[in-house]
Amino acid sequence: MEWEIVVGLEIHAQLATRSKIFSGASTQYGAAPNSQASLVDLGYPGTLPVLNGDCVKMAVKFGLATNCEIARRSVFARKNYFYPDLPKGYQISQYELPVVHGGRVDVVLEDGSTRRVGIVRAHLEEDAGKSLHEDFAGMSGIDLNRAGTGLLEIVSAPDLRSAAEAGAYMRKIHALVRYLEICDGNMQEGSFRCDANVSVRKMGDAKLGIRTELKNLNSFRFVEKAIEIEAARQIELIESGGKVAQETRLYDPDRNETRPMRSKEEANDYRYFPDPDLLPVSIDERLVAQVRASLPELPDAKRERFMRDYALPAYDAQVLTVERALADYFETVAKATKATPKIAANWVMGELTGALNRDSLEVSATRVSAPALASLLDKLAAGTISGKIAKEVFEAVWAGEGSVEEIIEKRGLVQISDSASIDKLVAEVIAANPTQAEQFRAGKQQVLGFLVGQVMKASRGKANPQQVNEALRKQLGPGAS
Amino acid sequence: MHKGTLAQLAGDLRARRVSATELTRHFLGRIERFDPKLNAFITVTAEQALAQAAVADQRLAKGDATPLTGLPIAHKDIFCTSGVKTTCGSKMLDNFVAPYDATVVERLAAAGVVMLGKTNMDEFAMGSSNETSFYGPVHNPWDLALVPGGSSGGSAAAVAARIVPAATGTDTGGSIRQPAALAGITGLKPTYGRVSRYGMIAFASSLDQAGVLTQTAEDAALLLEAIAGFDERDSTSLDDSVPPYSKLVGEPWDDVTIGVPESFFDAGLDADNAAAVRAALKELTKLGAKLKPIELKYIHLSVPAYYVVAPAEASSNLSRFDGVRFGHRAERATGEDLVTFYMRNRGEGFGAEVKRRILTGTYVLSAGYFDAYYLQAQKARKLISDDFARAFREVDLVAGPTTPSPAFGIGQKTSNPIEMYLNDIYTIGANLAGLPAISIPCGLVRNLPVGLQLVAPPLNEARLLKVAHHFQRATDWHQRKPGGYA
Repeated sequence: MEWEIVVGLEIHAQLATRSKIFSGASTQYGAAPNSQASLVDLGYPGTLPVLNGDCVKMAVKFGLATNCEIARRSVFARKNYFYPDLPKGYQISQYELPVVHGGRVDVVLEDGSTRRVGIVRAHLEEDAGKSLHEDFAGMSGIDLNRAGTGLLEIVSAPDLRSAAEAGAYMRKIHALVRYLEICDGNMQEGSFRCDANVSVRKMGDAKLGIRTELKNLNSFRFVEKAIEIEAARQIELIESGGKVAQETRLYDPDRNETRPMRSKEEANDYRYFPDPDLLPVSIDERLVAQVRASLPELPDAKRERFMRDYALPAYDAQVLTVERALADYFETVAKATKATPKIAANWVMGELTGALNRDSLEVSATRVSAPALASLLDKLAAGTISGKIAKEVFEAVWAGEGSVEEIIEKRGLVQISDSASIDKLVAEVIAANPTQAEQFRAGKQQVLGFLVGQVMKASRGKANPQQVNEALRKQLGPGAS
Repeated sequence: MHKGTLAQLAGDLRARRVSATELTRHFLGRIERFDPKLNAFITVTAEQALAQAAVADQRLAKGDATPLTGLPIAHKDIFCTSGVKTTCGSKMLDNFVAPYDATVVERLAAAGVVMLGKTNMDEFAMGSSNETSFYGPVHNPWDLALVPGGSSGGSAAAVAARIVPAATGTDTGGSIRQPAALAGITGLKPTYGRVSRYGMIAFASSLDQAGVLTQTAEDAALLLEAIAGFDERDSTSLDDSVPPYSKLVGEPWDDVTIGVPESFFDAGLDADNAAAVRAALKELTKLGAKLKPIELKYIHLSVPAYYVVAPAEASSNLSRFDGVRFGHRAERATGEDLVTFYMRNRGEGFGAEVKRRILTGTYVLSAGYFDAYYLQAQKARKLISDDFARAFREVDLVAGPTTPSPAFGIGQKTSNPIEMYLNDIYTIGANLAGLPAISIPCGLVRNLPVGLQLVAPPLNEARLLKVAHHFQRATDWHQRKPGGYA
């Protein structure tokens, strides 16, 4: 039997405001426990929430970027449940009237096709604190620094059809919130988290299967693995005559399995009702226009433009536009260098991204600036240095040994392109490798590569490979071409 | 000295006939003498009061005083006071010392008002008799066997016995006006949002409003002028300028049409009480008011609507009292599971009436009941608001009795919550509609005071206070005092 996997994601993006959504406390990550919890965050008697207008603007930004409708009037509601890291005994969220709703994003899949994913709604809410069950023998610690941090909960339609699609959608939203500068996207710190609703149905069925909700998916990889393993579990269960129970399950990355959360971790009736401490949020045309004017070029538009203006393949344009800083870096290089945009793209996606990943650096912390890379690619384009040497220079600049020019100069890396020197090197190599020369003359073309390698080695990589190739063919005689 | 109103004492202070320190000592002495039988105070802050009085005297000497500098008052124990215990009448907060001042407290302190202490109240302001307090019932100075009303019962009793010249209170369904009526004093509940709720421990957020209990409307104007106004820490506070109430209160009488809902005078109202209110209305006509019978079609829904909305909000507002960060923690709370921890803390910390309302509120918000109760109650609330709005197209004020009867006996209604709840039948409407309302003494029934309630359109406190003030200039009901507190 063929099964179809149906997935919808609920993404929690922590809003990149300096202060919390309903208090003036700082949102800085990593401070000493409970040092950034104001009386409002602690739920002290008599304190009241006051909405941080920047959170609303950020939500509008997201709404505009995903073709959502912006609610002219939205309402904060209380979600009531008891937990020690929820100081008030309720979370201020939005229920019936979210700030934005009814949008969509187009996700480019690996095979190049596009999946349109509905954004059912995105609503504002406050984060809870953290309960720490380790490190306190027999007790629990509570850190309320995070309590009251603004979140945008982005709820997708059940439009995703595989773990890979869910991963691609999540990456898409991740890129988008970072473009919009409404979330730092830091998944280790929990700034960008995700729950997944997963069900399966027989291919062709119109009716959705019973879903489970997977919690604790704090990386792209975990989202994909958890959905895969959960869908497989459901299929196996149904095929063996069982029924999927609608429940919340926890993904355990160590065992790569999902298991039901203990029933106590699951609250049943949140008793939502409009929060009487907060007025309805009203958003007028002026605010929408103001936010619209502040929108940056979005990833989709940028990708299209890169394909058009720089003649990049779709894949390159996609990779380069995932992150705004990377796209900006590429554009600076492409505009400044005489090398082709495709060469620039290769270097940004290859050497630069590799070095950043190796050293765990953000684009903003790159050790080879965009102008430096442009100048390096100029040298490459002009034939002053070879590709291999260029990589060596890149690493040296990265290591802080000086500018592109200084390193080429200091190490004497200028490419050997004068034919006399190359002819000499070639002659020496042929003399030193008579057997291979003979084989080539006898028609064994593959040997040429070996000989080119020997010449390059003798020149310490500086000889122009194209010229070496030509010189070898010439010197090995007419029968060789 | 204690016979003076705030306005008179303010005059004495400015004329240096008395010092703030003398006034403070005098009232602290009266508290010491009479409070043991009234139980109006939970905390008396003698030391702090004398320190504040000393500062006030310096201000008065330097000519740096406001009209309120040096006047001693008491705060209902629902307002957070920095460094001073704030219990809200509950065992849950018996150990709670707020690290900050409520806006009302802060504004009065900034004006130079001296705080004598914190007054007793129904637990979390849930009650109409002050019998639900963890600190025991408050006794009505007119008859110690009777209740003073609630929930601001301590404030009402203290002002009635003149052991303080005035006090703050809060009013969610009548908690200022009802005790003011039963204790024979003036009680003002301003428009919802007129006074900041910041630092006022929440009962039902959409209904709670801070106000004052005073001897006269003139005193109420004086205090309101200091506490009213926008506060950025309370999103529901109104961003409207504060009129000079204390001046406006004394302006000449102008034409006033007063609407009288005849349904308020039905069988539920004590006959003598009704007669007293009718006489007061007649007195108003002598001053020039025109009376007009009006109909408030849906006002009969106010008690049921209130007892859905208020408990619903309370059930959520009181969730923060879990024993984790502050408040009562049971001795054997930890060591078992989380639910046991909550059950022990909350089971011990809350009294019966609070538990009743948390249960009611939780029930009406539950899936499957929300529409039938909460949403219906909100609809009823809208109808009641519309009722008043319609009435105010024809009349300037609405008048009637504040309570169905004068004060009742301690213990007399505790076994019947419904009967207790009906005490607020005339006052709840103003809360549901967010309107300003005042109760002023208007007669004695079987030697017990009763109140006349006046309700005004939103933000029309000035007119409310002016009419009350003119009534008080023409009558002496507000000057009648219980015996034994000379």
